[in-house]
Amino acid sequence: MADTINVDVVSAEGEIFSGPAKMVFVPASEGDIGIAPRHAPLLSLLKAGEVRIQTPEGTEHLIFVGGGVLEIQPKKVTVLADTALRAKDIDEAAALAAKHRAEEALKDKVDKISQAEALAELTRAAAQLKLIEKLRKLKG
Amino acid sequence: MPGTKEIRTKIASVKSTQKITKAMQMVATSKMRRAQDRMRLARPYADKMRATIGHLTLANPDYRHPFLVAREAKSIGIIVISTDRGLCGGLNANLFKSTIYLLREWQQKGAEVNLCLVGSKGVGFFRRLGLPILANVTHLGDRPHVKDLIGTVKVMLDAYREGRIDRLFMVNAQFVNTMTQKPVVEQLLPVEPVKSSDLAEHWDYIYEPSAAGILDGVLMRYIESQVYRGAVENVASEMAARMVAMKAASDNAGKLINELQLIYNKARQAAITKELAEIVGGAAAV
Repeated sequence: MADTINVDVVSAEGEIFSGPAKMVFVPASEGDIGIAPRHAPLLSLLKAGEVRIQTPEGTEHLIFVGGGVLEIQPKKVTVLADTALRAKDIDEAAALAAKHRAEEALKDKVDKISQAEALAELTRAAAQLKLIEKLRKLKG
Repeated sequence: MPGTKEIRTKIASVKSTQKITKAMQMVATSKMRRAQDRMRLARPYADKMRATIGHLTLANPDYRHPFLVAREAKSIGIIVISTDRGLCGGLNANLFKSTIYLLREWQQKGAEVNLCLVGSKGVGFFRRLGLPILANVTHLGDRPHVKDLIGTVKVMLDAYREGRIDRLFMVNAQFVNTMTQKPVVEQLLPVEPVKSSDLAEHWDYIYEPSAAGILDGVLMRYIESQVYRGAVENVASEMAARMVAMKAASDNAGKLINELQLIYNKARQAAITKELAEIVGGAAAV
């Protein structure tokens, strides 16, 4: 039996890859790592880059990760991938935007927004209704 | 005699409302299923994260990461996850009620309360309280993404790191089943330590670059994934609540139409009888 190692690539939004592999290459924070079966247990952070998985059938899977965490056990590799590109300044900008929105929300005392939203909701529902009716006519 | 025409227009208007509520119910049903799927998909990641935190804390018991140490609570932060849109029954009202309970409880203990709001309904409600709102994000849509939450969560994590808040809670609607959604309060920070007995196997890992460095990255992602899970669960709850509310509205509209139809028929009958009586009366007079 050929030696293989099980690879799971999961992100917070779902599973990306799961299956056996002959060899896996990952972009660890200290440099790329090649993982063969029976690798020593290891935990590391990942930087943005691609995870390369060589399956026993000889095909290759490429998965882009924005960063994440890598865990290696002798028979299993788990990549906890970030779905978004992570960098200190990008995170910082996002945080600033969130703060800014909070200030904006406090300033705006008039309840105009909710009225506009209700109106938008109504038009959306009406549009959906029209679509359903159209579909029905097509079917009937 | 009430005009039959007025009743007819009334029936037509109720019917068109019923059509809208029915359409919304169907849309909510299909969206709920998809949200439930996403809830399930988010689980393995969070479980894996938690196990990794357990390994890391076991590996170097001397190092205490600030996220794991409980401080005296002088000030707290609450992340409130609410919906963006209404027409979903008492979902948001219940959520806000339990949030108010939570913050009153802490205020009585003398703690300051800082808020972080996800969803525009929460913004509309809490801005009247005059409490400091550190961050907010709205219009995540039916498919929230982790990347839309990173900034908002970071504001709270930074506040915790800098000691401006000593506890971080998250309030969101828990999806129990289609009929039941209840608000839950969860403590995000400090992270509850993982018991070593919960870990199936413990490996002696090699850490790159260091256990402390990895722990920081893992903890941050863990909190983010928790908030993401909260947001997804809230979407599922919203859709379920809207489905039930819209079904009730459609049923009510149906009842209303039946009643109006009865009144209409009676009015029509009365008009005919009256006309007949007039004709007969007229004929008799000739």
